[in-house]
Amino acid sequence: MSDARFIVIGGGVVGAAISYGLARLGHPVTMIDGADDAFRASRANFGLVWVQSKGLGKPDYAAWSRRSAALYEDFRAELEDESGVDCAYHRPGGVTLALSDDELEEQVAILGQIRGEAPAGEFEFEVVERAQLDNMLPGLGPEVVGATYSAHDGETNSLFLLHALHGAFQRRGGAYVQGHHVTGIEAAAGGGYAVSTADGTVHTGDRVVVAAGLGNQELAARVGLEVPVRPVQGQVIVTERADPLLSMPTLNVKQTREGTFMLGASQAEVDYDITTDAAVLKRIAARNLRAFPFLSDLRVVRSWAGLRVMTPDGFPIYDQSPSHPGIFIATGHSGVTTAAAHAYVLADYFSKGEIGAELAGLSSARFHVQA
Amino acid sequence: MFRRRAAPAATVTVRLDGEAVAAAAGDSVAAVLLAAGADYRRHGVGGAARAPFCMIGNCHDCLVEVDGVANRQGCLVTVAEGMRIRRMRGKPVLAT
Amino acid sequence: MSAAVDLAIVGAGPAGMGAALEAARHGLRPVVLDEHGAPGGQIYRNIEGVTRDRPGDLAVLGADYGAGAALVAAFRAADIDYRPGSAVFEVGSGGLGVLSDGVARRLEAREIILATGAMERPVPQPGWTLPGVLSAGAAQTLLKASNLVPAGRVVVAGSGPLLFLLAWQLAEAGVDIAAILRTSPRGNLWRALPHALGLVGNPDVAKGLGWIRALKRRGIPFLEGVTALAAEGDDRVERVRYRRAGGETVLPADTLLLHEGVVPNPQLARASGAAHDFDAARGHLAARHDDWLQTSLDGVALAGDGLRIHGAKAAPALGRWAALGCLLRLGRLEAATAERGRAEARAEVARAARPQAFLHELYRVPDEPMTPRDDDTVVCRCEALTAGEIRRALALDVPGPNQLKAFLRAGMGPCQSRMCAPTVARMFAARDGRGVTEGDHFRLRPPVKPITVRELAEMQDLAAD
Repeated sequence: MSDARFIVIGGGVVGAAISYGLARLGHPVTMIDGADDAFRASRANFGLVWVQSKGLGKPDYAAWSRRSAALYEDFRAELEDESGVDCAYHRPGGVTLALSDDELEEQVAILGQIRGEAPAGEFEFEVVERAQLDNMLPGLGPEVVGATYSAHDGETNSLFLLHALHGAFQRRGGAYVQGHHVTGIEAAAGGGYAVSTADGTVHTGDRVVVAAGLGNQELAARVGLEVPVRPVQGQVIVTERADPLLSMPTLNVKQTREGTFMLGASQAEVDYDITTDAAVLKRIAARNLRAFPFLSDLRVVRSWAGLRVMTPDGFPIYDQSPSHPGIFIATGHSGVTTAAAHAYVLADYFSKGEIGAELAGLSSARFHVQA
Repeated sequence: MFRRRAAPAATVTVRLDGEAVAAAAGDSVAAVLLAAGADYRRHGVGGAARAPFCMIGNCHDCLVEVDGVANRQGCLVTVAEGMRIRRMRGKPVLAT
Repeated sequence: MSAAVDLAIVGAGPAGMGAALEAARHGLRPVVLDEHGAPGGQIYRNIEGVTRDRPGDLAVLGADYGAGAALVAAFRAADIDYRPGSAVFEVGSGGLGVLSDGVARRLEAREIILATGAMERPVPQPGWTLPGVLSAGAAQTLLKASNLVPAGRVVVAGSGPLLFLLAWQLAEAGVDIAAILRTSPRGNLWRALPHALGLVGNPDVAKGLGWIRALKRRGIPFLEGVTALAAEGDDRVERVRYRRAGGETVLPADTLLLHEGVVPNPQLARASGAAHDFDAARGHLAARHDDWLQTSLDGVALAGDGLRIHGAKAAPALGRWAALGCLLRLGRLEAATAERGRAEARAEVARAARPQAFLHELYRVPDEPMTPRDDDTVVCRCEALTAGEIRRALALDVPGPNQLKAFLRAGMGPCQSRMCAPTVARMFAARDGRGVTEGDHFRLRPPVKPITVRELAEMQDLAAD
């Protein structure tokens, strides 16, 4: 039923990828976005398309991340064709640096477990000794003992990705409304659903996708879904531009195509607070300077704090409301990595009206199983 | 192009792209470059010629390499004897 | 963690010096942080050096400049912990981040006064990124600080009293000015006239008229009603093109000096999180403040032109006013004493700032150059983004400047949107057919001043965490 009208709540990278995916299947779609000052994880993102270390203890999610990464090159090319915006995705592989043998051991153990949980041959990684690492990345500090490398990993410019998704979505005829805070979702009189916003506007559609990040908990509860999400703050430092030096991303330091270096990452449970903390920024700068001493004299141009959309187990939630069939929910903190899968696979499931069995383990049911 | 109206009360010698240049004590690095002639820098984005616009630390078009550190704001750095100043040609190249 | 100081003042211009002197007078030794090497701010830049090394130039720079010497001398003589060469890159959580001599430090302060002054209103014009095109204030700074003047054919364009002062100073300094192009619409005079009541014989207004008369006496062409101003050239400005009622003219030029008035420099105050509103009458952001000039943040006050343009003569009184509030909150003054001092400061500010409303209307910047018509005009100088690129993104119905920044990198360069924010704000308002709001301006992120990764990593007086 490609003529089903969809209302997508959320214009971040999750909502926009799903909206784009639905629009390219021929659905009429209205994407309702918040205001410019909304907490927007998509705008605070580090821009990794990252597979290694994803899905420990949750093979379904690890497979989902790999699937998205595998779709990403086609996704990038298609988005660039349709929007004219190059989201700077490339997949040179990625490394997680270790500054001590203990760090390396811990990292290897995690990736080993993920490999063990995956079907044979589907997830590979390498442990890279320091000498070999020097051939991959220039200017490493003396404390770097080694790294893990995975060829699945890549990076994009998450801001340009969002731009490309919005452009391609609108090019496909999608309707975009912004500055709206959704206040209600109700069954409409003649079938379908009515989504109302704070200013009194009502949008009606046959189906609804709730992809409002941290706003999902409240909205999902209205349609009988338990979606426990909380903000986890991450702070990031960006430097001025420099000539290209890093040809592949590392987990905490990457160089954008423009030449700026992004340094992360921190995690803090600080509720809805996006002020940066000098002590945290200092720690981020110090840690990454040990990895790459050449960053020393680069000027910091900007720092920010963003809020990750975190579920209790850290994995995303994909679900359909049992009480309101046709209302779907998509929530998670790795919306950039999963964007290709959201656009190409998840949107297709929403179009068909049923989420694929391989995502059953990511339904919200896992949070309300009573012992 | 700017000219000095009078000989300065005190001078220091700096190296501008390796050449010895006399500057007035107290001068900003940007002033020294403006007095030295046309060419100031090439922008790191697109490579166009750029030069100081505001001289009070806002526009960041006076960026210059000082004593090996790239992208210093030339209008806010005061010259010192022996200072090594280099015009920038695009983005800084990091030494690894 | 170092012990907190009672009062930290950012900026050693007339407002910062006024605040510091008032604190010192009541027995409090304030810390004054200023990124320059000597006190005076932009208005009295290098006043000590000029007085010492080239006193003859006091006549060139004018009596108002020379008047700063007494204030600077008093500042030097008072018991003040003055720290030149100190750039403040962050204000928040009861303290400041200070960078000096390549070392970043956290300074805790019970009270903070931001006296960060004004900046020239950035107005994008075609070709304004070409070398040889500078702001008028830049030329003035070069004259004061380094005794440098533009050589060759010099064209001065724009509006506002500073433009005429600068032109007069340059002419006195021996510069041959090819033309003065006035961009303020003639209609401004009519809007300004109601504010002129009581200004007859006002010395500041008389002085401004004096500069204009002196320039005309020198035979410098004074062209009114100029529009569609553009700088042209390959690697530097070679020509200035403009339109007037009579048609289009191209002037050869080696230097083009632009000026469209001054606005508060909002960078540090906004990055600190102090609430601001857009002052539609004045056309710039202005911090919300209480009757002691305290912002929406406890213990963070504003003084001088950073608050609103009152001019240099009003600035010391505004500094005193803010300092009195700090002293009161610190328990160092009786309420009655502070209030008496405030009443005096308030009266002095009113007296000194009397011509401001008139001047503002007279030199109001028309909307047109603030929202460039020409798609090729660079708006964001750092990222070399043009008006056309911004308009194309606006057409995707981006909700506001923060999304625009994400899409285009507008305002993401080293100047941190200082040069493009006012224009981008106006472009949003124009797209939506409404007035400019605070929400049309980029959210600002620390650091406000450039700090290197190493300086941040080695920041002192911070828990290692």
